[in-house]
Amino acid sequence: MNMMTEAAVEKALDQKMNAVPYKMIGKDVSVFYGEKRALFDVNLNIRENTVTALIGPSGCGKSTFLRTLNRMNDTIDHCRVTGKITLDTDDIYDPQIDVVELRARVGMVFQKPNPFPKTIWENVAYGPKIHGLARSRADLDTIVEQSLQKAGLFNEVKDRLHEAGTGLSGGQQQRLCIARAIAVSPEVILMDEPCSALDPIATAKVEELIHELRANFTIVIVTHSMQQAARVSQRTAMFHLGHLVEENDTDKMFTNPDDQRTQDYIMGRFG
Amino acid sequence: MSDVTSSAFQAQASARPGRRDIGIAKRYAAERRFRAYGVAAILTGVFFLAVLLWTVVSNGYTAFLQTTITLPITFSEKVIDPKNERADNPQKLMAANYPLLVRDALIQELGIDANDRAKVKLATDMISASARTQLRDIVVANPQVIGQTLPVAILAEGNIDSANKGQIDLKADEANRKVKNQQLAWMDQLREKGALTKQFNTGLFTFGASSRPEAAGIGVAALGSFYMMLIVLVLALPIGVAASIYLEEFAPKNRFTDLIEVNINNLAAVPSIVYGLLGLAIFINFAGLPRSASLVGGLVLTLMTLPTIIIATRAALKAVPPSIRAAALGLGASKMQTIFHHVLPLAMPGILTGTIIGLAHALGETAPLLLIGMVAFVVDYPGSPLEPSTALPVQIYMWANEAERAFVERTSGAIMVLLVFLIVMNLGAILLRRRFERRW
Repeated sequence: MNMMTEAAVEKALDQKMNAVPYKMIGKDVSVFYGEKRALFDVNLNIRENTVTALIGPSGCGKSTFLRTLNRMNDTIDHCRVTGKITLDTDDIYDPQIDVVELRARVGMVFQKPNPFPKTIWENVAYGPKIHGLARSRADLDTIVEQSLQKAGLFNEVKDRLHEAGTGLSGGQQQRLCIARAIAVSPEVILMDEPCSALDPIATAKVEELIHELRANFTIVIVTHSMQQAARVSQRTAMFHLGHLVEENDTDKMFTNPDDQRTQDYIMGRFG
Repeated sequence: MSDVTSSAFQAQASARPGRRDIGIAKRYAAERRFRAYGVAAILTGVFFLAVLLWTVVSNGYTAFLQTTITLPITFSEKVIDPKNERADNPQKLMAANYPLLVRDALIQELGIDANDRAKVKLATDMISASARTQLRDIVVANPQVIGQTLPVAILAEGNIDSANKGQIDLKADEANRKVKNQQLAWMDQLREKGALTKQFNTGLFTFGASSRPEAAGIGVAALGSFYMMLIVLVLALPIGVAASIYLEEFAPKNRFTDLIEVNINNLAAVPSIVYGLLGLAIFINFAGLPRSASLVGGLVLTLMTLPTIIIATRAALKAVPPSIRAAALGLGASKMQTIFHHVLPLAMPGILTGTIIGLAHALGETAPLLLIGMVAFVVDYPGSPLEPSTALPVQIYMWANEAERAFVERTSGAIMVLLVFLIVMNLGAILLRRRFERRW
């Protein structure tokens, strides 16, 4: 990539995004699984109240990068992260930062809907409960209702809040997981292919939801579907073989990408 | 012409897909064979189980009945307390000549001359020696009975009991027989009067050890086993679950934890008698705990059960889907919260099943108890786990060594009681499993 073009793009972008502040800044992020290196010095910034899509072929490191943002990689043995990631001004890999607190600020929605085998109410109330966000049962009820409202699920489940969350359909379960994540009032929500296990109608609902959530949350979404990235995101980052190939405005990315590899991937020539 | 067309047609037909021999028949035959092997294996198992149960039940069901002879006993003051000292010396009532009361009542009932020594001896042989303690207990509990005549159901001697149940071969020569013809005649006489009857054998459940089968029961052994189960449950469950949670969730995976894992798996396979030796060396010789005590037995069985519980618990923890852990961690739950709020409840059915199976295993264990002195002749109930006691399987082992016919049926009777306990425990495991099982 040519340095001049990059600078030009950056400038054009800043104008277009109207200098949206960065919520998270990743600087020289590398991830190692034992001896194997999964990410190579990725510099990627996440803009506030923006949906950032991470795309790329399988095994390119997009999910790995996503999981560094709330330190879910900590749970994997022999996983090592270098570089620096900040959330607002806090270095999230600083030993002083508590991972529990971090994850309360950076929530996550997983590929497969994974509600707890408890009632719908308990699923949503669990996060606020452990973080002490509600003073009373009534407070908790309010949080549960609001979260389900925001996740567009309340009307469908209001009569069966105390039935098993696992009894819902796949799409409803995924929206329940989103409600569960936003009940903690995080600042950032990470979504790891949230629609890959859903049918097209459920996918459409979740995508619509992502659109609405953007007003209150910063969202990073990993997706395999180019159309989905184009539909839901404002910024797109393309990964390949552990490298960040290109990060750009979504419109630009899908019409006139700077990098040949991005063009090839979007055109379906590999991946 | 027609030949050519027909052969061409045949060639075409044989080339059609679906006609290929892809071994369908062979595959089905293999499946049928495999099913037949399975059914044969199950039938073999069922056959041996049926034989076992039939042997035990057919030998043992009579143990739940006991022959008693109801006699009008006159609690004569002349015999019990001739000098009327009982107010000053309660010990007097303990040492009185109670068998004489039974003898008097019996010879009167049978119309035997008190001077015919041989016949009197033969008659009193029909009565269990436990009659002494039975009458003593009545008098000591209520001294008012002295001077009265009351009907008392007295246990028949073991051989008389066996003869009454038809277990003694009456065709054998009288000299080689434990029950003499005269006694059989008396039995008929008593039966006609309604004095000789078969009653439910409560003594089997309440008595302790005795050299006389009619007075022997599993009461002490059952209490000893109960103490041990309690100790195993209280110690093995928390230690086992805590160890499993640490090893599975917190411990780093390195050579040292691998070594621990290998050792736990090996310990589960160590012969139980080795645990008995360990208990003897550590708990009795080193720690100085009393011999024959159910506390030591419980500790030894705890050591023996721990590997089973740890293995079952670790398997149950491993089986909890990682997505549940990820969900909780992603919400900001700490590791501890993740485990106690989500993983442990889901693993509960597996943990409980493992624990109950471990307990059932411990309940039936005999070998280690032999080494720590629980194979003992214990008559009195242990007041605490520190007092001498035996255990159910050990009681079965001891009775199986006895020669009398009445002990044979009691051995089988005790096995039936033990089996009932085991079935109840396993049913409990299944019910708990159902109760706690949840979908995810």
